[in-house]
Amino acid sequence: MFGPGESSVVIECAGQSTCTVIHSILTSLILFSVLIVGFAYTTVLERRFLAFLQARVGPNRTGPYGLLQPVADGVKLIFKEDITPARAEKIVFWAAPVIKTVPALIVLAVVPFGPKIAVPWFDGKWYRLSQGLIDVNVGVLWLLGITSIGIYGVVLAGWSSNNKYAMLGGLRSSAQMVSYELSMGLAMVVPVMLAGSMSVGDIIDAQNDAPILGWFVFQNPMAAAIMAIALLAEVNRAPFDMPEAEQELTAGYHSEYSGMKFAMFYLAEYIGMIAVSTVGAAMYFGGYHFAYVDQAPLLGPVVFGLKVVALLVVMIWVRGTLPRIRYDRLMAFGWKVMLPFALVAVAWSAVAVVLDEEVGGPAKLIMAVIAWGLFLAGASFWLGRVGRKSEPASAARVEVVSLSGGSGRMLGVPSALARAVSGRGGSAESEQPRSGGKRPG
Amino acid sequence: MNLNEWIFIGLFFALGWALPATPIVLGKILAPKRPNQVKQQTYECGVEMVGSPWTQFRAQYYIFALVFLVFDVELVFLFPWALAYNQLGLFALFEMTVFIFLLVVALVYTWRKGALRWS
Amino acid sequence: MELTAESIVFLIMSAITLGGGLLVVSARNLFHAGLYLMVSLLGVAGLFVLLSAPFLAGVQVVVYIGAIAILIILAIMLTPSVTQLPAIFNRQWAFNLALAAFFFVLLVSVVSPIMGELGVDAWNADFTQKNPADVPADSIVNLGKDLVDPDKYMLPFEVASVLLMAALIGAVLLVSPDKAKADEGGED
Repeated sequence: MFGPGESSVVIECAGQSTCTVIHSILTSLILFSVLIVGFAYTTVLERRFLAFLQARVGPNRTGPYGLLQPVADGVKLIFKEDITPARAEKIVFWAAPVIKTVPALIVLAVVPFGPKIAVPWFDGKWYRLSQGLIDVNVGVLWLLGITSIGIYGVVLAGWSSNNKYAMLGGLRSSAQMVSYELSMGLAMVVPVMLAGSMSVGDIIDAQNDAPILGWFVFQNPMAAAIMAIALLAEVNRAPFDMPEAEQELTAGYHSEYSGMKFAMFYLAEYIGMIAVSTVGAAMYFGGYHFAYVDQAPLLGPVVFGLKVVALLVVMIWVRGTLPRIRYDRLMAFGWKVMLPFALVAVAWSAVAVVLDEEVGGPAKLIMAVIAWGLFLAGASFWLGRVGRKSEPASAARVEVVSLSGGSGRMLGVPSALARAVSGRGGSAESEQPRSGGKRPG
Repeated sequence: MNLNEWIFIGLFFALGWALPATPIVLGKILAPKRPNQVKQQTYECGVEMVGSPWTQFRAQYYIFALVFLVFDVELVFLFPWALAYNQLGLFALFEMTVFIFLLVVALVYTWRKGALRWS
Repeated sequence: MELTAESIVFLIMSAITLGGGLLVVSARNLFHAGLYLMVSLLGVAGLFVLLSAPFLAGVQVVVYIGAIAILIILAIMLTPSVTQLPAIFNRQWAFNLALAAFFFVLLVSVVSPIMGELGVDAWNADFTQKNPADVPADSIVNLGKDLVDPDKYMLPFEVASVLLMAALIGAVLLVSPDKAKADEGGED
């Protein structure tokens, strides 16, 4: 591993204004380029992986394995006419895609991507600097606040289009995002409590224990699950893609958008996916911590990136598996399931921390084991019960899902989830005429 | 020093604006522009729009936002408490339990009243 | 006032806050007014950051921009009969101006003696110079400690909870009278 030699001078970057300026400008540029490239290849990943789940091929003609597909898409979109509807509110219509994109881009400003490293500079000295833009001491609040600003892009797009579908999409998504933001915030309280700090860097460092056992997901699996679901809802991904439910609202809030403005919504969605995966990985999956990262700090971003990609794959897998939730169930789930359980998760961690302090010793470990036991038991009970209760309707439903979902073997647990999500009575589905669905014999 | 880091976040914010704005402006220059009346109509799956998009929406959206506001304030109180929690001990847990219990009572009331039901 | 980086940021943030506020009251379209309100609140958040109170800035963004402004915008979107008016002209603007001026004078007269006590020259003060050093790094932890300290803010803290509960129950009572049952089965 390369590093500063015995004789070389290592200077702490934080104290030097020139160094901090150069560092932050370079980090901004690197972060933006990584996010743009990440966006491009997340679209390819999504299309290829969805195609795999649906037993299709996916885009594979543009370049090797379809790797040049995003370039082709971008070039195509930039030469497409950008239609502004006559009755739209011009300025807000223009601003909405920008307002949707900016929060997704800047939310990662407070996340460090690796331990501090020493870097040689042209003046022959070494500088010790963090692998991230800036680690402010209210990082978690920053994440929460910037996510809540993200609602505006959707609301503005829906309002300015002067279109009924867009309007409904905007309204729906604002109500949905505020509902799930609450659970997200509560799930973020747990890492703050466990780490005793609101800086994302401190939260990540508090999870540095053994290879992976320090991760907060092992101390409070329920909070981690709530966080994952809430983040999924926050970026309006399936099965929470209510605002743009194409079967009911054509394209929801971006019905009227075309050309480059539409591309910006697309960009915002995928960068938002990357951003929330990063936040999730930082909060509950140890951030950049894994075996050997402490010895080789440059591995930090790689490890972090791999975790983010893993979470992205899970998000796409969920999209390929689960049907969309009906809107009333979505709101009921957010308020009557997520919120109470999030409160319980916070209370659990509070009790665990107090026990750890008052009793000490193995209290923490015991609480973690009990938490996992309860979590797994509860989850399997819920999924099993939901599956049994609605056998006829949901069996047909699952059949439809797996017809489009390709190999049934891959869909083991998620199809139970699909049954759970599609509802106990299956009333939404049973009311609609199902021509394609075959009932299993 | 403390301010410095926020200035960089501000710069990052400013750069973040340029990033989505540039392609849109670029698209404006490069893309063809041939508007006509039919093209600029409000999209409604091929039929002409009847009335204005400002139809009556259900007030339920507003109720959810209202309940959210109350719990958002609670959330904000939770953060400093959680931050100092490992230095506080049992009494703080008790106090926060009381605090949250009162709000849970309110939530249960809202629930029982049917305000959380989307029907 | 010298033109340091801080004072430039201060000027920008005040311009955003005041300009947003002015546009809120002068905008003809209610929805636009709601958006300007959000801009103005964002400026206030920036001022909090400048005063080395990033926690308050975060609260400002989370509560005011993320919840209250959203609530206002939803209310505007849900009341089409009001928002569709092409122009809203308030005939009481002279009275309102006088009222606003009165509150401004009141605010100044309350704040300036305090500043005199603190030994700050109210009109030539450079607020940004001294404060950051005064703020301890763990001020948020102290806030959390003081909130639950029985000798300090424990009572207001618990009373806040009662207040929130009362607000929620009152709101629910107002918006859902007994017709909740009659409405069942309605769709979007």
